[in-house]
Amino acid sequence: MSQNIYDRVQANPKFAELVKKRSSFAWKLAIIMLVVYYSFILVIAFSPATFAIKLGEGVTTVGIPVGLGVIIIAFVLTGIYTQRANGEFDDLTNQIKEEARSEK
Amino acid sequence: MKWGLLLLTLSNFAFAADAQFSGKRDLNVSAIAMFIIFVLATLGITYWAAKRTKTAKDFYTAGGGITGFQNGLAIAGDYMSAASFLGISGLVYLKGFDGLIYSIGFLVGWPIILFLVAEQLRNLGKYTFSDVASYRLQQTPIRILAALGSLATVALYLIAQMVGAGQLIQILFGLDYEYAVIMVGILMILYVTFGGMLATTWVQIIKAVLLLSGASFMAIMIMYKVGFSFETLFSQAVAAKKSVSIMAPGGLVSDPISAISLGIALMFGTAGLPHILMRFFTVSDAKEARKSVFFATGFIGYFYILTFIIGFGAIVLLTNDPTYLDPVKGGIIGGGNMSAIHTAHAIGGNLFLGFISAVAFATILAVVSGLTLAGASAVSHDLYANVVARGRVDEMTEMRVSKYATIALGIVAIILGIAFEKQNIAFMVGLAFAIAASANFPILFLSMFWRKLTTRGAVYGGSLGLFTAIVLVILSKAVWVDVLGYKTAIYAYGNPAIFSMSVAFLGIWIISLMDKSENAAKEIAAYDHQYIRSQTGIGSEGASH
Repeated sequence: MSQNIYDRVQANPKFAELVKKRSSFAWKLAIIMLVVYYSFILVIAFSPATFAIKLGEGVTTVGIPVGLGVIIIAFVLTGIYTQRANGEFDDLTNQIKEEARSEK
Repeated sequence: MKWGLLLLTLSNFAFAADAQFSGKRDLNVSAIAMFIIFVLATLGITYWAAKRTKTAKDFYTAGGGITGFQNGLAIAGDYMSAASFLGISGLVYLKGFDGLIYSIGFLVGWPIILFLVAEQLRNLGKYTFSDVASYRLQQTPIRILAALGSLATVALYLIAQMVGAGQLIQILFGLDYEYAVIMVGILMILYVTFGGMLATTWVQIIKAVLLLSGASFMAIMIMYKVGFSFETLFSQAVAAKKSVSIMAPGGLVSDPISAISLGIALMFGTAGLPHILMRFFTVSDAKEARKSVFFATGFIGYFYILTFIIGFGAIVLLTNDPTYLDPVKGGIIGGGNMSAIHTAHAIGGNLFLGFISAVAFATILAVVSGLTLAGASAVSHDLYANVVARGRVDEMTEMRVSKYATIALGIVAIILGIAFEKQNIAFMVGLAFAIAASANFPILFLSMFWRKLTTRGAVYGGSLGLFTAIVLVILSKAVWVDVLGYKTAIYAYGNPAIFSMSVAFLGIWIISLMDKSENAAKEIAAYDHQYIRSQTGIGSEGASH
């Protein structure tokens, strides 16, 4: 790969678009995950009684669905990212690569 | 405080602390039969893989031809160690809800890895994560530091696994500790030396499938017994325990700093474990790398939900059944870590007990193989090929070195496994995660995302993080009190990551900014080039295909 191909990529406005879109999407999802996880930890650290509240007549507490929910959210977030990155972002990446290679 | 300590203990399956209990068990014929089938099948795979492993790229990364789905299973296999299977179901059995807190901590690092490092890693790297860290920095110092970080993490993890393996096999199969450790060591050397990454990956995949099926069967049988109602499962567990405390957070988290520190170590330590990072080089491109994490997160999350059900099932099935109770010591025979094994017996008799025991052993074998391969790569690819030979080495020599390194690591692991039999090793996995989070991860992360990182900053700041992590672990209860025998710990929290990782980031940042050398200017200038490759994968095809 020559230095040129890198220069052409950098000059392509689509590259700036790709980086901007993907970074902001990735960081947004990362922040959602961090907020969800650390909220869970902080409730346990400061107010464990909240998770001990019973859901209904039985013994099941609020903590159980919340905990399982965190696991499911982690999985769903990876799905959302993979879906968009493997579609939209990869298409854009391929266009950038094509354009950089064809402009000889 | 307790929170961190429990994790440390847990991650080593707590067997070390309880070594006395582990009297040998009667020979379990079905367990041994199933284990032999597993060993023969994996040796067959190794033979098949050996014929396909011709180049260094084959050896380190299975030729880059693993699919995202397969790699997802293999990553899950690396992550679902015997410690998490037996340890977490055991913790749920003992503490109920608190067990769930641990599972969640282990899981949430994965989305972060996906969003921030997975595809960049694939686009920049070749065989080891040091390839990425040293991409635009000076090879020699960065490779040495990254290799030391890798080897330290691998060695600590490996000793913990070997000791756990020896004790587990002693209990499950009635085999002597030394024989068990030697057998694990020899099998792992065979897999890795002959079959390289391809054999290691398939051993990992098979084990992951066996473990997921076995655990699914257990969880379904438990749910069947309670009419597929969680409420019934929980209320029977509460009735068996005669206490509702298992339904809410218990005493594990009394101190927010320890809680957050542990969360940091688990989350970012995962992103600095060399055997996990190496898995991203086995797939062909960024697309497959993303799919790997997606599938891995799904399998690992599903697995933790299963261990939660199994733990509660164990409470219902074992608590009041004299078959599984220790008449002398109270509690179940063998301690909480054996709860999944006993539950297997309660559900499916000796046959299923044998299956689960064989799976637990297979799990250890697979995990130690992955670790050994990562350690051997740090020696052959980073230290030998790029530091000693300065890149002027042919592939065959490099591969030969990596095989010698594998054998050497295997022998060292056997010796240390035997030497540490009676030692309290509860700090080791905690320290491994702390080093990964405080040295490996900051260097890797900043090399990819921060233009102004320089070699000097990475080396001094990274070493500072490494050093802080080690010192704080020595001063914490796990070593200072439990190993060295002092009365009170100097470092009061369970895990050092909150401080040691901050020290590393801060150190790297300040020293890089102060670095006005000529080299620093070149390294900063090379960032654009690296960034384009990390974002688009341009150039990575040439390097890895």
